[in-house]
Amino acid sequence: MPLSGFKFGKKKLKEEERYLQANNRDFNLEFEYANNSIKTSKYNFFTFLPLNLFEQFQRIANAYFLFLLILQLIPQVSSLSWFTTVVPLVLVLAVSGVKDAIDDFNRHKSDNHVNNRPVQVLINGRLKDDKWMNIQVGDIIKLENNNFVTADLLLLSSSEPHSLTYIETAELDGETNLKVKQALTVTAELGENLQKLTDFNGEVKCEAPNNKLDKFTGTLTLRGEKFALDNEKMLLRGCTIRNTEWCFGLVIYAGPDTKLMQNCGKTTFKRTSIDRLMNVLVLVIFAFLALMCFILAIGNGIWEHDKGYYFQVYLPWAVGVNSAAYSGFLMFWSYVIILNTVVPISLYVSVEIIRLGNSFYIDWDRKMYYPLNDTPAQARTTTLNEELGQIKYIFSDKTGTLTQNIMAFNKCSINGKSYGDVYDMAGQRTEITEHTEKVDFSYNRLADPKFVFYDHSLVEAVKLDDAATHGFFRLLSLCHTVMPEEKKEGNLVYQAQSPDEGALVTAARNFGFVFRARTPETITVVEMGETKVYELLAILDFNNVRKRMSVIVRSPEGDLTLYCKGADTIVYELLDSSCGSLKEETMEHLNEFAGEGLRTLVVAYKNLQEDYFQEWHKRHHEASTALDGREEKLSELYEEIEKDLMLLGATAIEDKLQDGVPQTIETLTKAHIKIWVLTGDKQETAVNIGYSCNMLHDDMEDVFIIEGNTSEEVLDELRTARKKMNPDSFLDSDDIIKFENPSTKSRILPEEQANGVYGLVINGHSLAYALEGNLELELVRTACLCKVVICCRVTPLQKAQVVELVKKYKKAVTLAIGDGANDVSMIKTAHIGVGISGQEGMQAVLSSDFSFAQFRYLQRLLLVHGRWSYIRMCKFLRYFFYKNFAFTLVHFWYGFFSGFSAQTVYDQWFITLYNLVYTSLPVLGMSLFDQDVDDRWSMQFPHLYEPGQQNLYFNKIEFVKCVLHGIYSSLILFFIPYGAMYDTVRSDGKAIADYQSFALMAQTCLLIVVSVQIGLDTAYWTAVNQFFIWGSLSVYFAIIFTMYSDGMYLIFTASFPFIGTARNTLSQPNVWLVIFLSIILCVLPVVGGRFLKSQLMPTISDKVLRKIRAAKKQPPPPLPKTRLRRTSTRRSGYAFSHQHGFGALIMSGRNMRPKLPFTTTGMFSPNSEKNKHK
Amino acid sequence: MKNKNSQGAQECPSRCPDNSAFKQQKLPAWKPKLAAPTVLSSFFTIGLFCLLMGICLILYINYSDICLNCSKLRENSSNWDKECNCTVHFTLQENMLGNVFMYYRLQNFYQNHRRYVLSRSDAQLLGQDVNVSIQNSSCEPFTTYPNGTPVAPCGAIANSMFNDSIQLFYYLNSSTAIEVPLLKSGNSWWSDKNVKFRNPTSYNLSSAFAGTTRPPYWQKPAYLLDEEDERNNGYINDDFIIWMRVSAFPTFRNLYRRLSHTNQFADGLPAGNYTFHITYNFPVTKFKGQKQVVLSTITWSGGSNLFLGIAYTVSGAVIVLAGFIITAIHLKLRKKKTYFQR
Repeated sequence: MPLSGFKFGKKKLKEEERYLQANNRDFNLEFEYANNSIKTSKYNFFTFLPLNLFEQFQRIANAYFLFLLILQLIPQVSSLSWFTTVVPLVLVLAVSGVKDAIDDFNRHKSDNHVNNRPVQVLINGRLKDDKWMNIQVGDIIKLENNNFVTADLLLLSSSEPHSLTYIETAELDGETNLKVKQALTVTAELGENLQKLTDFNGEVKCEAPNNKLDKFTGTLTLRGEKFALDNEKMLLRGCTIRNTEWCFGLVIYAGPDTKLMQNCGKTTFKRTSIDRLMNVLVLVIFAFLALMCFILAIGNGIWEHDKGYYFQVYLPWAVGVNSAAYSGFLMFWSYVIILNTVVPISLYVSVEIIRLGNSFYIDWDRKMYYPLNDTPAQARTTTLNEELGQIKYIFSDKTGTLTQNIMAFNKCSINGKSYGDVYDMAGQRTEITEHTEKVDFSYNRLADPKFVFYDHSLVEAVKLDDAATHGFFRLLSLCHTVMPEEKKEGNLVYQAQSPDEGALVTAARNFGFVFRARTPETITVVEMGETKVYELLAILDFNNVRKRMSVIVRSPEGDLTLYCKGADTIVYELLDSSCGSLKEETMEHLNEFAGEGLRTLVVAYKNLQEDYFQEWHKRHHEASTALDGREEKLSELYEEIEKDLMLLGATAIEDKLQDGVPQTIETLTKAHIKIWVLTGDKQETAVNIGYSCNMLHDDMEDVFIIEGNTSEEVLDELRTARKKMNPDSFLDSDDIIKFENPSTKSRILPEEQANGVYGLVINGHSLAYALEGNLELELVRTACLCKVVICCRVTPLQKAQVVELVKKYKKAVTLAIGDGANDVSMIKTAHIGVGISGQEGMQAVLSSDFSFAQFRYLQRLLLVHGRWSYIRMCKFLRYFFYKNFAFTLVHFWYGFFSGFSAQTVYDQWFITLYNLVYTSLPVLGMSLFDQDVDDRWSMQFPHLYEPGQQNLYFNKIEFVKCVLHGIYSSLILFFIPYGAMYDTVRSDGKAIADYQSFALMAQTCLLIVVSVQIGLDTAYWTAVNQFFIWGSLSVYFAIIFTMYSDGMYLIFTASFPFIGTARNTLSQPNVWLVIFLSIILCVLPVVGGRFLKSQLMPTISDKVLRKIRAAKKQPPPPLPKTRLRRTSTRRSGYAFSHQHGFGALIMSGRNMRPKLPFTTTGMFSPNSEKNKHK
Repeated sequence: MKNKNSQGAQECPSRCPDNSAFKQQKLPAWKPKLAAPTVLSSFFTIGLFCLLMGICLILYINYSDICLNCSKLRENSSNWDKECNCTVHFTLQENMLGNVFMYYRLQNFYQNHRRYVLSRSDAQLLGQDVNVSIQNSSCEPFTTYPNGTPVAPCGAIANSMFNDSIQLFYYLNSSTAIEVPLLKSGNSWWSDKNVKFRNPTSYNLSSAFAGTTRPPYWQKPAYLLDEEDERNNGYINDDFIIWMRVSAFPTFRNLYRRLSHTNQFADGLPAGNYTFHITYNFPVTKFKGQKQVVLSTITWSGGSNLFLGIAYTVSGAVIVLAGFIITAIHLKLRKKKTYFQR
């Protein structure tokens, strides 16, 4: 077998078609299909070192240092000892290497965890427990309820009738509702019979592994007969088996070939804008370095020509050097070595450490921990932190992100009376708070304990046997497509297709109309404690055009009734003329509900005549079996019967927002972050949510709605909108059109200002036009003028396109937040992707950069963590470039006084240790602990976020300032000691102007100056900062006194020639005078400059800081809580899922079991109970 | 997923982060602010301190005026063997009281050139095995003679050692001159003399240097640098040690002799006529250098350099001035601000 495998292995380049035989491992092994073990790790124990080193040297900085190292090995050029480069390089490589190793170790661990999950596999006629990784293509495995699907399987048989299997695909596509898969009849016969299964030798021919989740084609050949296979028979890895006791499956794709793994794709490597800027700056610094070296090389040429030539009496030219020019050439490289510290190798490592530290703070933040489902916030990518402080656009999903995706029956209007509000003694409507008394449903044994209602009068009405109220709830309990599940007596669980329906049925249940069970022909309802079985005659299912659904039932008493619920606009057309006044009253209530952002439905009924119905029913049967035009015929029939309805009332369902969403959005808006909602939901719902979470409000000048059906219409609508918002901008549109030709790939659009606050709502199909070539610019310009943009009915791909569009035309940092698999593309596209964890599936979280449980944590993530990270990173970079320029340029000045001989100013050990030991910890301390204002104030004043968006703290100008500051400091640091030491002696007449003393003095000056500078930059002195700063200085003095001691010299004579310099020099008072003067001259101008700047040209943060200092006395007031009540009327979304209903499935009875444990239906299975308890 | 979550929850009861000040970023901290009082007071204090310091420094440096330009001593001789003497007369107008130091001063001599600085063998100077220590040094081309004899001490620094000898005579009257007593040892750092430089060990110094030769430019071998004083000979000769401590800049002065306070020189050098007797050995014309002899007294702050004093005075003045300007701006703005508030 291995032999044949080897034979095929060479040829197997690309799989064209998959061919396999069940239960025949030997046969299948010949094709070398991947087995079910997955590998996401990169290295193993032996390959780690070479591979990792290879990768690391691909980074420019590391390669540069390798180049330096090689330069240093050339004796003519070497101006520094090799250790000055090797020590930092090794350290940097080691730190990165350890980090990579830990990452890879974790990947190994998670791989192992997944690979070692147990599964039952059928081998030689017996079920054997095995690990996931040992599963081969062609194996038959048994899965039980709540198991994860092991690999991509062909469903063979299951415990359920018609071999149906229910799966949850949350991990795959984010949808939590159950999906049904059904096996082929021919395989369903196999059942649980192990012998039959073992004998099963079907051959499967199918397409090669691919990443299309919704498509599968193949054929099964069994006993010479061919059967077509499609996606309906596949169980994909990543799904979970639900409500199914057991099922058997044949492994088609395993491990890396599964659709889940194929879909993982390569995660795009995200970089922050500071990263990109840093790369540019490093190149600029290279150029600067080359320029300096060039100047010094020229200087050396001139010097050697003028002076060095004659000085050869005492110092002959080096071997091989025969002209001043050649000497200059060599000196160029020598200076490259000496001045290399302007490109600091430790920069990249330090940046990584800072980001890692700031990521940990996110993980650790208790204020972003959600106790209800025990989910802390998580920074899944540790390299993007500072970008969080620069967000300009947020793209948010709606369902599950802004809303909880929980529908709550909130209010209703029955027969002209509105229920749901709470009134106090004086008859005033009061706010519902936690202390409001809830309605007690304990009288109802079957009530759902989670259901909450506050208005007691409705219960009273039910108890008083009010006919309309009873009719209302009877309708709610009958007219739906919900499936009940009763695992234990009295413990009802509803499987609803849309959460709205579930809410309505649950409401009816609690008010005493318990929908208990259904068969294809009957619905069992417990009405006020009395079990009634209704005969279900027809379901007139929902679709997008009808916007309503009806059922026709026969009551136990024999009455025929049609119950209908649907969108108000539609149902009102169908009402009987007799309910005129009720219509108006109900309409008033509807407006009121809609005004509060509730989703409304109108319910109505109609009593039917027996003979009319029989005739209709016959026609209905004919129509539903018609071969052509079935849909039209059916809907005609529906129209016919659904008229002259009697109005019962209206329901209002609250699409519950997540906690704190309106406040969060308000805060983020104040921080000048633009929020775009991208949702797959209907326009009505989306707009409604827009209002209820404070994005759209009535103070807005206008809300434009783009719903054109052709590209001309869309263009027209967009232009009209823009004309209104900013009439001036329209004039230059011709100009804009010009650069739309593809030659100019992308152009950053300038910021435009609108003359007011506007909102934009755009529909999915219009968006499709707007995203096409020449319209995208119009879209961006118009949309960016608006404060709020809502895109509805968008596909996952469009979500990504919208994000891409803004990324392309706006120089802005984008963030996408979502919870479902349909948000994955957008999360991956945006600069930063945030996943809401703990709601729908895990896919959004898995592809996100940050995750947390609640939308409201976003403001903390951005305004606190993001802002701090950004400020810290910018401060760090500014300081880092400053300290290295100040450090390195002193060599440059010294060149003019040492014959351009590449003589260093400092001791070589100092050069080695400066970046790594003496100055690394203080700046790290600052970048990990610094905060200009604490978290409460950053939330209180969202304006503080703006400098980050405008990239004010670190940009090219700031960089130039740092460089100039560094140059100034280096001038002081060189010329003050120079002037003071020039031609001078000590107070006892001995030497002090010698090279070693000067070096010591210059380096001491430098180190103290940069330490004072970091002290000046640190706004938040924790004990750690104190320890790092003072500690670094002490370590410096400890190290020089050790290195310059007698003992070190006698042991390592060649390495430490500075013996005695420390004690001889640092004991001199004038040395300390020089140091003091250098510090003053370096630092005081900075102090004065900063002070004056904050006085004369205060930035936003200066102003806020001043305000804060003024208000410091009293603690900040809590965020104002605004109760949202809109007065305007707006047609709200109707409460239906937009999918086609389950109606057909129910009527066919395919999903019902013949034998039922308690009542008539329910997916009871003892195994599932067992699993729950495991 | 739910299943997994619940299992996870059982294993560790809560994934709630610790409530430590560190993790919640609530470490107690001192938050210094650049407020007006601190900034202004620091400007004024520091400025005044600098002014004061500068004035002190300037007052303390009194005189170190005796400087002889030895341009006369220039010679276009390339003959190393030829001994050449010259004398320079000068008159001291006032007494030089206290310690008086005699320096030689070189200009345009690039002792700080990188290759020059490296051209020495510390191991050799520490008295270690000549052959071994020379191998690892960068003394080229002054390591060995063509015939293989190692140079002691090796390297460009040692080879170029200043080797003029200078004597000072004081005219008691117009005809009788007495030599001013000068000390030639105790002029170098203690650590250099006792740790960094050691003679090779042997029964006597000349045998210790056996098998080596003098550097090419030297007139006599290292063990004859000071024949009078055993403790000032060979590598631990003060003149040699001082020369080996290379200067940071191309213009520098090295201590040559100190005044021995005896007889009429107990308080320093009295005013009167003096003569330098200089044996000219060290050529400087070749590299367009200059050499000078300097007699100087010393203050507590070191040598005869006005720079620090002036720098302090100027900085102090500028800082105080800046302090005033900032105060003015600050006051003006504050007035405006209060106006705005109303």
